[in-house]
Amino acid sequence: MAIVFQKPKALTDAPLHYCPGCTHGIIHRLVAEAIDELGIEGKTVGVAPVGCAVMAYDYFACDMVEAAHGRAPAVATGLKRALPENIVFTYQGDGDLASIGMAETVHAATRGENITIIFVNNAIYGMTGGQMAPTSLPGQVTQTSPYGRDTATAGFPIRVSEMLATLDGPQYIERVAVNNVKNVNKAKKAIKKAFQNQVEGKGFSLIEVVSSCPTNWGMTPSKALQWVEEKMIPYYPLGVYKDRSAEKEGK
Amino acid sequence: MGEKVLMKGNEAIAEAAIRAGCRHYFGYPITPQTELAAYMAKRMPKIGGVFLQAESEVAAINMVYGVAGTGKRVMTSSSSPGVSLKQEGISYIAGADLPALIINVQRGGPGLGGIQPSQSDYFQATKGGGHGDYRLIVLAPSSVQEMADLTAKAFDLSEKYLVPAMLLADGTMGQMMEPVDLSGISEPEKAEKPWAVTGTQCKRKHNIINSLYLVPEQLEQKNFERYERYKVIEENECLYESFMMDDADICVVAFGIAARVSKNAVVAARKEGIKVGLIRPITLWPFPKAPLAQAADKVKGFISVELSMGQMIEDVRLATECKKPVVLCNRTGGMIPTPEQVLESIRNMAKEGK
Repeated sequence: MAIVFQKPKALTDAPLHYCPGCTHGIIHRLVAEAIDELGIEGKTVGVAPVGCAVMAYDYFACDMVEAAHGRAPAVATGLKRALPENIVFTYQGDGDLASIGMAETVHAATRGENITIIFVNNAIYGMTGGQMAPTSLPGQVTQTSPYGRDTATAGFPIRVSEMLATLDGPQYIERVAVNNVKNVNKAKKAIKKAFQNQVEGKGFSLIEVVSSCPTNWGMTPSKALQWVEEKMIPYYPLGVYKDRSAEKEGK
Repeated sequence: MGEKVLMKGNEAIAEAAIRAGCRHYFGYPITPQTELAAYMAKRMPKIGGVFLQAESEVAAINMVYGVAGTGKRVMTSSSSPGVSLKQEGISYIAGADLPALIINVQRGGPGLGGIQPSQSDYFQATKGGGHGDYRLIVLAPSSVQEMADLTAKAFDLSEKYLVPAMLLADGTMGQMMEPVDLSGISEPEKAEKPWAVTGTQCKRKHNIINSLYLVPEQLEQKNFERYERYKVIEENECLYESFMMDDADICVVAFGIAARVSKNAVVAARKEGIKVGLIRPITLWPFPKAPLAQAADKVKGFISVELSMGQMIEDVRLATECKKPVVLCNRTGGMIPTPEQVLESIRNMAKEGK
């Protein structure tokens, strides 16, 4: 019997705890497919964040470390320096990576650590019930911005990919989305390349995945995907922000 | 017999760590431990080791956490304000049952404090500076030789019990130079670490380094198990030095630089005919309760000599169950008690009840 669809080997059998309509499941799958296709599961060590993906250590079949909130890039730095032949990745949300862990993110990037970061940006703190994130849009209503994010007092959203692309350290930075099949396919390609770069010793790769949070946005899953298209992507344009190998080829 | 070399305390720690097989160091600049990081920066690249100046103390301790998960020897060093920043990571390392070594070359506090020597991080080191139910193995050197020897010992104990260890030194210990013999320090034989995250090679179930247990029964059980190990440590690993205690009527208790000052005072008091001795805790956790409890049945009182407002004194009172008076002889904020000050304190206790 021909198998046309199956769970990637790099995912365990543990049932995911994510809310209905959440795109973490898709992103987990894309990471696992990349690991499978590159044949690196046995030498990969992943780092889980604090946030919705806190229990990612139960879902990925490779060795895993649970980091303190925001510290995943520092933990990954330690892992990679101790195990230079292994593949090390972090999986982080926007509060983890762009708020409490911003220093660790920027410095791992500027050191050009040969690690892969999967950054899931859904513009809200999901696990704690929907508070304002560093990437929440101007005017976005959350539990801690009940009248909408007021840029006069709460500042502006951070465009992480654009900011990190100003550094000389990173190898590859791309922003993708998983709101439709076309974008999922592009995201898959980017994530695989981010791992491939590490296999080839090219250095720091970060993929920002624009994602949705129907539960805390207070929307149906399909409405949330529409909101990604209409609100998120215009503020966070998709595309490659840095690719040193392309620069070298004069592209 | 090895050859003695003249070294600063901070450098002795660094060289001892390297000889003990540590090839991963993460730090952030802070006085008065800077020589340690500088030594590592110079040596590590030449021996295939890792020196990394982290963006913060917070990052440094989390890099330590990462390496510790792979089962390799790893350390960080800092001084008081920096060690406060490391507490988050220390709690996670303790919660994940990983071995690691943290050096605190203490300076005066609280806050930014000063850069002169202090022992005022005793509570932080021995009572759990971070959140949750945990202990560190805490060793307090009193000479440059001990800075080296206890560094190696701390790695061994930490790995034996899977409990992070701290070397609690002070600015004086870090800066002073003394002859030191490092020939006795060597790398231990490689032990199996089945819990380490080094890649499954697709041959075993994945290992997870973690301190999260959302089911309270599981977290409670984890803490119970850890405290069973702590009990074994308390039974087997207490270290202390007993000096002129055989016939002593008065017991001075001091560690680190305070013990050196106190020793001079004890010798001077003996010349005056006062029967006084010194108990010097070398492990601050586990605290050497037994010798103090024994002394409590013989002496008329205890003098706790500290470079703080009195922190170890609480453990002296607990160990002696307040059977005898315990008085404090101290300076703080970067000041060091003189032998004369300690001698005066001994004389005062000798006079009482005569």
